[in-house]
Amino acid sequence: MGLGSDMYRQQILDHYKNPRNYGQLEDPTFTHIGENPMCGDEIRMDVKLAEDGDDGDDSAETIERVAFSGDGCAISQASASMLSSELRGKTVDELLEMDRDDVIDMLGVDISPMRVKCAVLAEKVAQDGAEIYQGELDVEKTTTEDDE
Amino acid sequence: MSHQQADAIDVGAIREEFPILQREFDGQQVVYLDNAATTQTPDPVVDAMSDYYRESNANVHRGIHHLSQEASEAYEAAHDRVAEFINADGREEVIFTKNTTEGENLLAYSWGLAELSPEDTVVLTEMEHHASLVTWQQIAKRTGASVEYIRVDETGRLDMDHAAELIDDDTAIVSAVHVSNTLGTVNPVSELTDLAHEHDALSFIDGAQAVPNRPVDVKEIDADFYAFSGHKMAGPTGIGVLYGKRDLLEDLNPYLYGGGMIRKVTFEDSTWGELPWKFEPGTPPIAEAVGLHAAVDWLEDIGMDRIETHEEELAAYAYDRLEAEEDVEIYGPEGGPDRGGLVSFNLEGVHAHDLTSIMNDHTIAVRAGDHCTQPLHDKLGVPASTRASFYVYNTREEIDKLVAALDDARQLFA
Ligand SMILES: Cc1ncc(COP(=O)(O)O)c(C=O)c1O
Repeated sequence: MGLGSDMYRQQILDHYKNPRNYGQLEDPTFTHIGENPMCGDEIRMDVKLAEDGDDGDDSAETIERVAFSGDGCAISQASASMLSSELRGKTVDELLEMDRDDVIDMLGVDISPMRVKCAVLAEKVAQDGAEIYQGELDVEKTTTEDDE
Repeated sequence: MSHQQADAIDVGAIREEFPILQREFDGQQVVYLDNAATTQTPDPVVDAMSDYYRESNANVHRGIHHLSQEASEAYEAAHDRVAEFINADGREEVIFTKNTTEGENLLAYSWGLAELSPEDTVVLTEMEHHASLVTWQQIAKRTGASVEYIRVDETGRLDMDHAAELIDDDTAIVSAVHVSNTLGTVNPVSELTDLAHEHDALSFIDGAQAVPNRPVDVKEIDADFYAFSGHKMAGPTGIGVLYGKRDLLEDLNPYLYGGGMIRKVTFEDSTWGELPWKFEPGTPPIAEAVGLHAAVDWLEDIGMDRIETHEEELAAYAYDRLEAEEDVEIYGPEGGPDRGGLVSFNLEGVHAHDLTSIMNDHTIAVRAGDHCTQPLHDKLGVPASTRASFYVYNTREEIDKLVAALDDARQLFA
Protein backbone atom coordinates (compact mmCIF):
# COMPACT_ATOMS: atom_id res chain seq x y z
CA MET A 1 0.00 0.00 0.00
CA GLY A 2 0.99 3.58 -0.35
CA LEU A 3 3.00 5.44 2.19
CA GLY A 4 -0.10 7.28 3.21
CA SER A 5 -0.24 10.89 2.28
CA ASP A 6 1.81 13.20 4.36
CA MET A 7 -1.26 15.35 4.34
CA TYR A 8 -3.29 12.70 6.12
CA ARG A 9 -1.28 12.19 9.27
CA GLN A 10 -3.00 10.77 12.29
CA GLN A 11 -3.69 14.16 13.81
CA ILE A 12 -5.62 15.41 10.78
CA LEU A 13 -7.64 12.22 10.48
CA ASP A 14 -8.36 12.24 14.19
CA HIS A 15 -9.74 15.78 14.08
CA TYR A 16 -11.75 14.91 10.98
CA LYS A 17 -13.30 11.80 12.48
CA ASN A 18 -13.73 13.23 15.99
CA PRO A 19 -14.16 16.94 15.51
CA ARG A 20 -13.68 19.10 18.62
CA ASN A 21 -16.17 21.82 19.45
CA TYR A 22 -18.53 20.71 16.71
CA GLY A 23 -21.93 22.34 16.87
CA GLN A 24 -23.34 25.78 17.52
CA LEU A 25 -23.09 28.07 20.53
CA GLU A 26 -26.26 29.24 22.24
CA ASP A 27 -25.15 32.82 22.73
CA PRO A 28 -22.24 33.56 20.39
CA THR A 29 -20.85 37.09 20.31
CA PHE A 30 -20.53 36.68 16.57
CA THR A 31 -21.24 34.05 13.96
CA HIS A 32 -20.09 33.83 10.41
CA ILE A 33 -20.21 31.36 7.53
CA GLY A 34 -18.05 30.70 4.49
CA GLU A 35 -17.50 28.28 1.68
CA ASN A 36 -15.15 26.98 -0.97
CA PRO A 37 -17.53 27.01 -3.92
CA MET A 38 -15.54 24.56 -5.97
CA CYS A 39 -15.01 21.97 -3.26
CA GLY A 40 -18.35 22.47 -1.62
CA ASP A 41 -16.66 22.91 1.77
CA GLU A 42 -18.90 24.91 4.06
CA ILE A 43 -18.12 26.14 7.55
CA ARG A 44 -19.91 28.14 10.21
CA MET A 45 -17.86 29.53 13.11
CA ASP A 46 -19.49 30.70 16.34
CA VAL A 47 -17.30 32.78 18.66
CA LYS A 48 -18.06 33.78 22.25
CA LEU A 49 -15.96 36.55 23.77
CA ALA A 50 -15.31 36.94 27.49
CA GLU A 51 -17.61 39.52 29.06
CA ASP A 52 -15.18 41.10 31.54
CA GLY A 53 -12.60 43.18 29.75
CA ASP A 54 -15.22 45.34 28.10
CA ASP A 55 -13.32 48.59 28.00
CA GLY A 56 -14.51 49.52 24.55
CA ASP A 57 -11.49 48.00 22.88
CA ASP A 58 -12.94 45.15 20.79
CA SER A 59 -9.62 43.86 19.56
CA ALA A 60 -8.25 43.16 23.06
CA GLU A 61 -11.21 41.01 24.01
CA THR A 62 -10.49 37.40 24.87
CA ILE A 63 -12.05 34.51 23.00
CA GLU A 64 -13.83 32.31 25.49
CA ARG A 65 -15.37 29.62 23.31
CA VAL A 66 -15.48 28.67 19.66
CA ALA A 67 -17.72 26.16 17.92
CA PHE A 68 -17.87 25.19 14.28
CA SER A 69 -20.27 23.32 12.05
CA GLY A 70 -20.51 22.43 8.39
CA ASP A 71 -19.02 19.83 6.16
CA GLY A 72 -16.39 19.30 3.54
CA CYS A 73 -13.08 17.60 2.97
CA ALA A 74 -10.84 16.29 5.74
CA ILE A 75 -8.43 19.21 5.47
CA SER A 76 -11.07 21.92 5.86
CA GLN A 77 -12.89 20.15 8.69
CA ALA A 78 -9.76 19.18 10.62
CA SER A 79 -8.47 22.70 10.29
CA ALA A 80 -11.72 24.10 11.72
CA SER A 81 -11.61 21.61 14.58
CA MET A 82 -8.02 22.46 15.51
CA LEU A 83 -8.63 26.17 15.16
CA SER A 84 -11.65 26.02 17.44
CA SER A 85 -9.39 24.71 20.25
CA GLU A 86 -6.43 26.89 19.36
CA LEU A 87 -8.40 30.15 19.52
CA ARG A 88 -9.64 29.69 23.05
CA GLY A 89 -7.87 32.19 25.28
CA LYS A 90 -6.52 34.23 22.39
CA THR A 91 -7.52 37.84 21.81
CA VAL A 92 -9.43 39.01 18.76
CA ASP A 93 -6.26 40.83 17.80
CA GLU A 94 -4.29 37.62 17.83
CA LEU A 95 -6.94 35.97 15.67
CA LEU A 96 -6.71 38.77 13.14
CA GLU A 97 -2.93 38.50 13.04
CA MET A 98 -2.97 34.85 11.99
CA ASP A 99 -1.94 34.08 8.43
CA ARG A 100 -1.85 30.98 6.29
CA ASP A 101 1.54 29.90 7.59
CA ASP A 102 0.13 29.84 11.11
CA VAL A 103 -2.67 27.60 9.92
CA ILE A 104 -0.27 25.27 8.15
CA ASP A 105 1.94 25.17 11.26
CA MET A 106 -1.10 24.33 13.33
CA LEU A 107 -2.00 21.48 10.99
CA GLY A 108 1.56 20.20 11.20
CA VAL A 109 1.67 18.77 7.68
CA ASP A 110 2.62 19.93 4.22
CA ILE A 111 -0.43 21.16 2.40
CA SER A 112 -0.23 20.86 -1.37
CA PRO A 113 -0.83 24.19 -3.11
CA MET A 114 -4.24 23.28 -4.48
CA ARG A 115 -5.47 22.36 -1.02
CA VAL A 116 -4.37 25.51 0.81
CA LYS A 117 -7.75 27.10 0.34
CA CYS A 118 -9.33 24.13 2.12
CA ALA A 119 -6.88 24.58 4.99
CA VAL A 120 -7.44 28.30 5.51
CA LEU A 121 -11.21 28.40 5.17
CA ALA A 122 -11.98 28.21 8.90
CA GLU A 123 -9.39 30.84 9.75
CA LYS A 124 -10.77 33.21 7.12
CA VAL A 125 -14.32 32.67 8.32
CA ALA A 126 -13.32 33.42 11.92
CA GLN A 127 -11.35 36.50 10.88
CA ASP A 128 -14.11 37.87 8.67
CA GLY A 129 -16.58 37.23 11.48
CA ALA A 130 -14.40 39.24 13.86
CA GLU A 131 -14.04 42.10 11.40
CA ILE A 132 -17.76 42.22 10.79
CA TYR A 133 -18.26 42.31 14.57
CA GLN A 134 -15.85 45.23 14.75
CA GLY A 135 -17.75 46.97 12.00
CA GLU A 136 -14.81 46.89 9.63
CA LEU A 137 -16.16 44.52 7.05
CA ASP A 138 -19.51 43.96 5.43
CA VAL A 139 -19.96 40.61 3.73
CA GLU A 140 -22.67 38.03 4.08
CA LYS A 141 -20.53 35.02 3.42
CA THR A 142 -16.83 34.40 3.05
CA THR A 143 -15.71 32.63 -0.09
CA THR A 144 -12.23 31.49 -0.90
CA GLU A 145 -11.23 32.26 -4.42
CA ASP A 146 -11.06 29.49 -6.94
CA ASP A 147 -8.26 29.58 -9.47
CA GLU A 148 -9.64 27.00 -11.85
CA MET B 1 -10.39 -9.84 -23.18
CA SER B 2 -13.11 -11.33 -25.29
CA HIS B 3 -14.56 -8.27 -26.96
CA GLN B 4 -11.24 -6.86 -28.03
CA GLN B 5 -11.09 -6.35 -31.77
CA ALA B 6 -8.61 -8.07 -34.01
CA ASP B 7 -7.20 -4.71 -35.02
CA ALA B 8 -7.19 -3.17 -31.56
CA ILE B 9 -4.90 -0.25 -30.90
CA ASP B 10 -1.26 -1.02 -30.16
CA VAL B 11 -1.12 0.87 -26.90
CA GLY B 12 2.50 -0.12 -26.24
CA ALA B 13 3.69 1.47 -29.46
CA ILE B 14 1.56 4.55 -28.88
CA ARG B 15 2.96 5.08 -25.39
CA GLU B 16 6.47 5.27 -26.84
CA GLU B 17 5.48 8.56 -28.40
CA PHE B 18 4.67 10.09 -25.01
CA PRO B 19 7.82 10.48 -22.89
CA ILE B 20 5.74 12.21 -20.23
CA LEU B 21 3.97 8.93 -19.50
CA GLN B 22 7.33 7.53 -18.33
CA ARG B 23 7.71 10.20 -15.67
CA GLU B 24 7.97 9.08 -12.10
CA PHE B 25 7.19 10.84 -8.85
CA ASP B 26 8.58 9.23 -5.68
CA GLY B 27 9.59 6.22 -7.73
CA GLN B 28 6.12 5.57 -9.10
CA GLN B 29 5.28 5.93 -12.77
CA VAL B 30 2.54 8.42 -13.54
CA VAL B 31 -0.92 7.03 -14.27
CA TYR B 32 -2.52 9.78 -16.28
CA LEU B 33 -6.30 9.62 -16.06
CA ASP B 34 -7.12 13.32 -16.42
CA ASN B 35 -7.61 13.37 -20.17
CA ALA B 36 -10.95 15.14 -20.15
CA ALA B 37 -9.11 18.14 -18.73
CA THR B 38 -6.26 17.94 -21.22
CA THR B 39 -4.61 15.13 -23.17
CA GLN B 40 -0.89 14.51 -23.48
CA THR B 41 0.92 15.52 -26.65
CA PRO B 42 2.72 12.90 -28.77
CA ASP B 43 6.22 13.51 -30.14
CA PRO B 44 5.09 14.06 -33.75
CA VAL B 45 2.94 16.99 -32.63
CA VAL B 46 5.70 18.49 -30.48
CA ASP B 47 8.14 17.99 -33.37
CA ALA B 48 5.85 19.65 -35.89
CA MET B 49 5.63 22.71 -33.68
CA SER B 50 9.34 22.90 -32.94
CA ASP B 51 10.15 22.37 -36.65
CA TYR B 52 7.84 25.23 -37.45
CA TYR B 53 9.64 27.53 -35.01
CA ARG B 54 13.06 26.33 -36.15
CA GLU B 55 12.41 26.54 -39.86
CA SER B 56 9.33 28.47 -40.95
CA ASN B 57 8.43 30.99 -38.27
CA ALA B 58 7.05 34.30 -39.57
CA ASN B 59 3.83 36.23 -39.38
CA VAL B 60 1.05 35.14 -41.70
CA HIS B 61 -1.37 37.20 -43.77
CA ARG B 62 0.43 36.85 -47.05
CA GLY B 63 3.73 38.52 -46.36
CA ILE B 64 5.77 38.67 -49.51
CA HIS B 65 8.95 37.06 -48.22
CA HIS B 66 9.60 33.30 -48.31
CA LEU B 67 9.17 32.60 -44.63
CA SER B 68 5.88 34.41 -44.42
CA GLN B 69 4.65 32.49 -47.41
CA GLU B 70 5.56 29.21 -45.78
CA ALA B 71 3.95 30.18 -42.49
CA SER B 72 0.80 31.38 -44.27
CA GLU B 73 0.53 28.19 -46.25
CA ALA B 74 0.98 26.06 -43.16
CA TYR B 75 -1.62 28.07 -41.29
CA GLU B 76 -4.13 27.82 -44.11
CA ALA B 77 -3.44 24.13 -44.67
CA ALA B 78 -4.29 23.47 -41.03
CA HIS B 79 -7.79 24.87 -41.67
CA ASP B 80 -8.17 22.59 -44.68
CA ARG B 81 -7.03 19.56 -42.71
CA VAL B 82 -9.46 20.24 -39.86
CA ALA B 83 -12.28 20.83 -42.36
CA GLU B 84 -11.60 17.45 -43.91
CA PHE B 85 -11.40 15.83 -40.48
CA ILE B 86 -14.92 16.90 -39.43
CA ASN B 87 -16.34 16.86 -42.97
CA ALA B 88 -16.87 20.62 -43.24
CA ASP B 89 -17.09 22.33 -46.62
CA GLY B 90 -13.61 23.78 -46.69
CA ARG B 91 -11.55 26.24 -44.69
CA GLU B 92 -14.28 28.89 -44.89
CA GLU B 93 -16.24 26.92 -42.32
CA VAL B 94 -13.35 26.46 -39.88
CA ILE B 95 -12.53 29.34 -37.53
CA PHE B 96 -9.54 28.96 -35.27
CA THR B 97 -10.19 30.19 -31.75
CA LYS B 98 -8.30 29.84 -28.50
CA ASN B 99 -10.48 26.97 -27.23
CA THR B 100 -14.05 25.69 -27.02
CA THR B 101 -14.96 28.44 -24.59
CA GLU B 102 -13.99 31.12 -27.08
CA GLY B 103 -16.05 29.38 -29.76
CA GLU B 104 -19.11 29.56 -27.51
CA ASN B 105 -18.44 33.21 -26.76
CA LEU B 106 -17.81 34.09 -30.38
CA LEU B 107 -21.26 32.89 -31.37
CA ALA B 108 -22.98 34.22 -28.28
CA TYR B 109 -21.54 37.70 -28.80
CA SER B 110 -21.77 38.02 -32.55
CA TRP B 111 -25.06 36.24 -33.09
CA GLY B 112 -26.69 36.17 -29.65
CA LEU B 113 -26.29 39.82 -28.69
CA ALA B 114 -27.51 40.97 -32.09
CA GLU B 115 -30.39 38.57 -32.59
CA LEU B 116 -31.85 37.54 -29.24
CA SER B 117 -34.85 39.38 -27.83
CA PRO B 118 -37.17 38.94 -24.83
CA GLU B 119 -39.52 36.66 -26.80
CA ASP B 120 -36.74 34.16 -27.50
CA THR B 121 -35.66 31.15 -25.55
CA VAL B 122 -32.23 29.56 -25.50
CA VAL B 123 -32.49 25.83 -24.81
CA LEU B 124 -29.56 24.20 -23.01
CA THR B 125 -29.17 20.90 -21.18
CA GLU B 126 -28.72 20.40 -17.44
CA MET B 127 -25.37 18.82 -18.22
CA GLU B 128 -23.87 21.82 -20.01
CA HIS B 129 -20.31 22.79 -19.21
CA HIS B 130 -19.96 26.29 -17.75
CA ALA B 131 -18.40 27.28 -21.09
CA SER B 132 -21.83 27.21 -22.64
CA LEU B 133 -24.07 27.55 -19.57
CA VAL B 134 -22.50 30.72 -18.17
CA THR B 135 -22.06 32.27 -21.61
CA TRP B 136 -25.69 31.86 -22.70
CA GLN B 137 -26.94 32.79 -19.25
CA GLN B 138 -25.13 36.12 -19.42
CA ILE B 139 -26.09 36.87 -23.02
CA ALA B 140 -29.71 36.04 -22.14
CA LYS B 141 -29.56 38.48 -19.23
CA ARG B 142 -28.40 41.24 -21.54
CA THR B 143 -30.96 40.56 -24.25
CA GLY B 144 -33.92 39.60 -22.07
CA ALA B 145 -34.13 36.15 -23.62
CA SER B 146 -34.92 33.23 -21.32
CA VAL B 147 -32.87 30.09 -20.78
CA GLU B 148 -34.43 26.65 -20.43
CA TYR B 149 -32.73 23.39 -19.56
CA ILE B 150 -33.47 19.95 -20.94
CA ARG B 151 -33.73 17.58 -17.96
CA VAL B 152 -31.22 14.86 -17.23
CA ASP B 153 -32.99 11.66 -16.14
CA GLU B 154 -31.94 9.21 -13.38
CA THR B 155 -29.77 7.25 -15.81
CA GLY B 156 -27.78 10.36 -16.70
CA ARG B 157 -29.35 10.68 -20.15
CA LEU B 158 -31.29 13.59 -21.61
CA ASP B 159 -35.05 13.36 -21.27
CA MET B 160 -35.86 13.67 -24.97
CA ASP B 161 -39.61 14.04 -24.33
CA HIS B 162 -38.77 17.07 -22.26
CA ALA B 163 -36.54 18.30 -25.09
CA ALA B 164 -39.45 17.99 -27.54
CA GLU B 165 -41.61 19.97 -25.11
CA LEU B 166 -39.09 22.76 -24.54
CA ILE B 167 -38.00 23.27 -28.12
CA ASP B 168 -40.79 25.23 -29.77
CA ASP B 169 -41.34 28.19 -32.05
CA ASP B 170 -39.93 30.57 -29.43
CA THR B 171 -36.64 28.73 -29.41
CA ALA B 172 -33.87 30.69 -31.08
CA ILE B 173 -31.01 28.29 -30.44
CA VAL B 174 -30.40 24.89 -28.91
CA SER B 175 -26.94 24.58 -27.41
CA ALA B 176 -26.04 21.10 -26.25
CA VAL B 177 -22.96 19.23 -25.17
CA HIS B 178 -22.10 16.26 -27.43
CA VAL B 179 -20.38 14.16 -24.76
CA SER B 180 -20.80 15.24 -21.14
CA ASN B 181 -17.50 15.86 -19.37
CA THR B 182 -19.08 14.81 -16.06
CA LEU B 183 -21.56 12.04 -16.81
CA GLY B 184 -19.81 10.72 -19.90
CA THR B 185 -23.18 10.60 -21.67
CA VAL B 186 -23.06 10.67 -25.47
CA ASN B 187 -26.06 12.81 -26.36
CA PRO B 188 -28.28 12.34 -29.43
CA VAL B 189 -27.09 15.57 -31.00
CA SER B 190 -28.56 14.96 -34.47
CA GLU B 191 -31.97 14.43 -32.93
CA LEU B 192 -31.59 17.65 -30.93
CA THR B 193 -30.50 19.44 -34.08
CA ASP B 194 -33.53 18.11 -35.99
CA LEU B 195 -35.81 19.35 -33.22
CA ALA B 196 -34.17 22.76 -33.41
CA HIS B 197 -34.48 22.92 -37.18
CA GLU B 198 -38.15 21.89 -37.11
CA HIS B 199 -38.73 25.13 -35.23
CA ASP B 200 -36.34 27.28 -37.27
CA ALA B 201 -33.90 27.43 -34.39
CA LEU B 202 -30.13 27.12 -34.67
CA SER B 203 -28.14 24.28 -33.18
CA PHE B 204 -24.78 24.68 -31.46
CA ILE B 205 -22.93 21.58 -30.34
CA ASP B 206 -20.11 21.59 -27.77
CA GLY B 207 -17.85 18.84 -29.05
CA ALA B 208 -14.94 19.35 -26.62
CA GLN B 209 -15.26 15.76 -25.34
CA ALA B 210 -16.42 14.20 -28.63
CA VAL B 211 -13.99 15.19 -31.38
CA PRO B 212 -10.99 13.76 -29.48
CA ASN B 213 -12.34 10.24 -29.30
CA ARG B 214 -14.94 9.43 -31.96
CA PRO B 215 -15.57 10.13 -35.62
CA VAL B 216 -17.46 13.43 -35.87
CA ASP B 217 -19.17 14.43 -39.09
CA VAL B 218 -20.75 17.86 -38.83
CA LYS B 219 -22.86 17.25 -41.95
CA GLU B 220 -24.29 14.07 -40.57
CA ILE B 221 -25.22 15.87 -37.35
CA ASP B 222 -26.35 18.85 -39.43
CA ALA B 223 -25.20 21.16 -36.61
CA ASP B 224 -25.12 24.83 -37.51
CA PHE B 225 -22.17 25.42 -35.20
CA TYR B 226 -19.79 23.01 -33.52
CA ALA B 227 -16.88 23.83 -31.20
CA PHE B 228 -13.89 21.91 -29.80
CA SER B 229 -10.37 22.37 -28.33
CA GLY B 230 -6.97 21.26 -29.64
CA HIS B 231 -5.53 20.44 -26.23
CA LYS B 232 -8.07 17.69 -25.56
CA MET B 233 -7.22 15.82 -28.78
CA ALA B 234 -3.46 15.28 -28.58
CA GLY B 235 -2.90 18.80 -29.87
CA PRO B 236 -1.48 21.93 -28.24
CA THR B 237 -3.15 24.41 -25.90
CA GLY B 238 -4.02 27.83 -27.27
CA ILE B 239 -6.04 26.66 -30.26
CA GLY B 240 -9.63 25.60 -30.70
CA VAL B 241 -12.09 25.35 -33.55
CA LEU B 242 -15.47 26.85 -34.23
CA TYR B 243 -17.16 25.22 -37.16
CA GLY B 244 -20.10 27.09 -38.72
CA LYS B 245 -22.18 26.61 -41.82
CA ARG B 246 -20.87 28.91 -44.48
CA ASP B 247 -24.07 30.81 -45.26
CA LEU B 248 -24.61 31.48 -41.56
CA LEU B 249 -21.04 32.66 -41.03
CA GLU B 250 -21.29 34.94 -44.04
CA ASP B 251 -24.23 36.77 -42.48
CA LEU B 252 -22.58 37.06 -39.10
CA ASN B 253 -20.61 40.07 -37.90
CA PRO B 254 -17.33 39.48 -36.10
CA TYR B 255 -17.05 40.36 -32.41
CA LEU B 256 -13.30 40.85 -32.35
CA TYR B 257 -11.90 43.55 -34.58
CA GLY B 258 -8.45 44.42 -35.80
CA GLY B 259 -5.95 43.67 -38.52
CA GLY B 260 -5.92 40.73 -40.90
CA MET B 261 -9.69 40.46 -41.00
CA ILE B 262 -10.67 43.43 -43.11
CA ARG B 263 -11.26 44.08 -46.77
CA LYS B 264 -11.18 47.86 -46.78
CA VAL B 265 -10.68 50.40 -44.05
CA THR B 266 -11.23 54.14 -44.20
CA PHE B 267 -11.24 56.60 -41.32
CA GLU B 268 -15.03 56.27 -41.33
CA ASP B 269 -15.75 52.59 -41.73
CA SER B 270 -14.46 49.10 -42.52
CA THR B 271 -15.65 46.07 -44.45
CA TRP B 272 -14.84 42.51 -43.53
CA GLY B 273 -12.56 40.14 -45.35
CA GLU B 274 -13.22 36.59 -46.47
CA LEU B 275 -14.17 33.63 -44.33
CA PRO B 276 -12.75 32.39 -42.07
CA TRP B 277 -10.29 35.27 -41.63
CA LYS B 278 -12.94 37.82 -40.75
CA PHE B 279 -13.32 35.98 -37.43
CA GLU B 280 -9.57 35.69 -36.79
CA PRO B 281 -8.24 39.22 -36.27
CA GLY B 282 -4.70 39.85 -35.11
CA THR B 283 -1.80 37.43 -35.22
CA PRO B 284 -3.32 33.97 -34.87
CA PRO B 285 -1.91 30.87 -33.10
CA ILE B 286 0.27 29.76 -36.02
CA ALA B 287 2.52 27.18 -34.38
CA GLU B 288 -0.54 25.81 -32.58
CA ALA B 289 -2.35 25.45 -35.90
CA VAL B 290 0.63 23.48 -37.20
CA GLY B 291 0.46 21.34 -34.06
CA LEU B 292 -3.29 20.78 -34.45
CA HIS B 293 -2.74 19.73 -38.06
CA ALA B 294 -0.16 17.18 -36.88
CA ALA B 295 -2.52 15.97 -34.14
CA VAL B 296 -5.30 15.36 -36.66
CA ASP B 297 -2.87 13.41 -38.86
CA TRP B 298 -1.74 11.42 -35.85
CA LEU B 299 -5.27 10.59 -34.72
CA GLU B 300 -6.43 9.57 -38.17
CA ASP B 301 -3.37 7.41 -38.53
CA ILE B 302 -4.64 5.41 -35.58
CA GLY B 303 -8.22 5.67 -36.77
CA MET B 304 -11.08 7.44 -35.01
CA ASP B 305 -13.21 4.29 -35.07
CA ARG B 306 -10.55 2.37 -33.22
CA ILE B 307 -10.04 5.17 -30.72
CA GLU B 308 -13.77 5.20 -30.04
CA THR B 309 -13.80 1.45 -29.45
CA HIS B 310 -10.77 1.65 -27.17
CA GLU B 311 -12.37 4.39 -25.06
CA GLU B 312 -15.70 2.65 -24.89
CA GLU B 313 -14.01 -0.51 -23.66
CA LEU B 314 -11.94 1.30 -21.04
CA ALA B 315 -15.00 3.19 -19.81
CA ALA B 316 -17.06 0.02 -19.60
CA TYR B 317 -14.24 -1.73 -17.77
CA ALA B 318 -13.82 1.13 -15.30
CA TYR B 319 -17.59 1.31 -14.80
CA ASP B 320 -17.83 -2.41 -14.07
CA ARG B 321 -14.87 -2.44 -11.70
CA LEU B 322 -16.13 0.56 -9.76
CA GLU B 323 -19.71 -0.68 -9.80
CA ALA B 324 -18.52 -3.85 -8.08
CA GLU B 325 -17.35 -1.77 -5.11
CA GLU B 326 -20.27 -1.37 -2.74
CA ASP B 327 -19.17 1.97 -1.34
CA VAL B 328 -18.71 3.65 -4.73
CA GLU B 329 -21.39 5.74 -6.38
CA ILE B 330 -21.03 6.31 -10.12
CA TYR B 331 -22.75 9.04 -12.10
CA GLY B 332 -24.06 8.66 -15.66
CA PRO B 333 -24.97 5.75 -17.90
CA GLU B 334 -23.47 2.26 -17.65
CA GLY B 335 -20.82 1.23 -20.15
CA GLY B 336 -21.91 1.07 -23.78
CA PRO B 337 -22.14 3.14 -26.92
CA ASP B 338 -23.65 6.11 -25.13
CA ARG B 339 -20.90 6.36 -22.50
CA GLY B 340 -17.75 8.22 -23.54
CA GLY B 341 -14.33 7.49 -22.07
CA LEU B 342 -14.70 8.85 -18.56
CA VAL B 343 -16.23 7.87 -15.23
CA SER B 344 -17.11 10.25 -12.37
CA PHE B 345 -17.74 8.76 -8.96
CA ASN B 346 -17.59 9.18 -5.19
CA LEU B 347 -16.30 6.87 -2.49
CA GLU B 348 -18.64 6.84 0.49
CA GLY B 349 -17.30 8.74 3.47
CA VAL B 350 -14.39 10.33 1.62
CA HIS B 351 -14.60 13.77 0.08
CA ALA B 352 -13.59 13.84 -3.60
CA HIS B 353 -10.69 16.17 -2.82
CA ASP B 354 -9.32 13.85 -0.18
CA LEU B 355 -9.69 10.87 -2.48
CA THR B 356 -7.91 12.68 -5.27
CA SER B 357 -5.06 13.68 -2.97
CA ILE B 358 -4.69 10.05 -1.93
CA MET B 359 -4.71 8.99 -5.59
CA ASN B 360 -1.95 11.50 -6.13
CA ASP B 361 0.12 9.74 -3.47
CA HIS B 362 0.04 6.79 -5.86
CA THR B 363 0.92 9.15 -8.74
CA ILE B 364 -2.52 8.57 -10.21
CA ALA B 365 -3.73 11.76 -11.86
CA VAL B 366 -7.49 12.15 -11.58
CA ARG B 367 -9.60 15.25 -11.10
CA ALA B 368 -11.84 16.27 -8.22
CA GLY B 369 -14.35 19.05 -8.17
CA ASP B 370 -17.47 20.01 -10.02
CA HIS B 371 -15.78 19.71 -13.44
CA CYS B 372 -17.32 23.04 -14.45
CA THR B 373 -20.82 21.61 -14.11
CA GLN B 374 -21.89 23.08 -10.76
CA PRO B 375 -25.66 23.05 -11.40
CA LEU B 376 -25.47 19.40 -12.45
CA HIS B 377 -23.63 18.50 -9.22
CA ASP B 378 -26.30 20.37 -7.26
CA LYS B 379 -28.85 18.18 -8.98
CA LEU B 380 -26.85 15.04 -8.22
CA GLY B 381 -26.80 16.22 -4.61
CA VAL B 382 -23.03 16.11 -4.21
CA PRO B 383 -20.60 19.03 -3.94
CA ALA B 384 -17.94 17.32 -6.01
CA SER B 385 -16.92 14.08 -7.63
CA THR B 386 -13.73 12.34 -8.68
CA ARG B 387 -13.33 11.83 -12.41
CA ALA B 388 -11.12 9.34 -14.22
CA SER B 389 -10.93 10.02 -17.95
CA PHE B 390 -9.15 7.96 -20.57
CA TYR B 391 -7.35 8.33 -23.85
CA VAL B 392 -5.66 6.18 -26.50
CA TYR B 393 -2.64 5.45 -24.33
CA ASN B 394 -4.49 4.23 -21.24
CA THR B 395 -4.74 0.59 -20.21
CA ARG B 396 -6.85 -1.67 -18.05
CA GLU B 397 -3.89 -2.07 -15.70
CA GLU B 398 -4.05 1.64 -14.99
CA ILE B 399 -7.71 1.33 -14.07
CA ASP B 400 -6.80 -1.59 -11.80
CA LYS B 401 -4.35 0.71 -10.01
CA LEU B 402 -7.08 3.28 -9.52
CA VAL B 403 -9.42 0.72 -8.02
CA ALA B 404 -6.66 -0.67 -5.79
CA ALA B 405 -5.88 2.81 -4.43
CA LEU B 406 -9.44 3.07 -3.13
CA ASP B 407 -8.39 0.69 -0.38
CA ASP B 408 -5.83 3.13 0.86
CA ALA B 409 -8.50 5.79 1.19
CA ARG B 410 -10.80 3.37 2.97
CA GLN B 411 -8.08 2.46 5.45
CA LEU B 412 -7.19 6.06 6.22
CA PHE B 413 -10.76 7.14 6.62
CA ALA B 414 -12.22 4.06 8.26
C1 LIG C 1 -17.77 19.63 -22.52
C2 LIG C 1 -16.76 20.72 -22.41
N1 LIG C 1 -17.03 21.92 -22.95
C3 LIG C 1 -16.16 22.93 -22.90
C4 LIG C 1 -14.94 22.79 -22.28
C5 LIG C 1 -14.03 23.96 -22.24
O1 LIG C 1 -12.88 23.70 -22.96
P1 LIG C 1 -11.73 24.79 -23.00
O2 LIG C 1 -11.30 24.97 -21.59
O3 LIG C 1 -10.68 24.18 -23.85
O4 LIG C 1 -12.32 26.02 -23.57
C6 LIG C 1 -14.62 21.57 -21.71
C7 LIG C 1 -13.32 21.36 -21.04
O5 LIG C 1 -13.10 21.46 -19.88
C8 LIG C 1 -15.55 20.52 -21.77
O6 LIG C 1 -15.29 19.35 -21.21
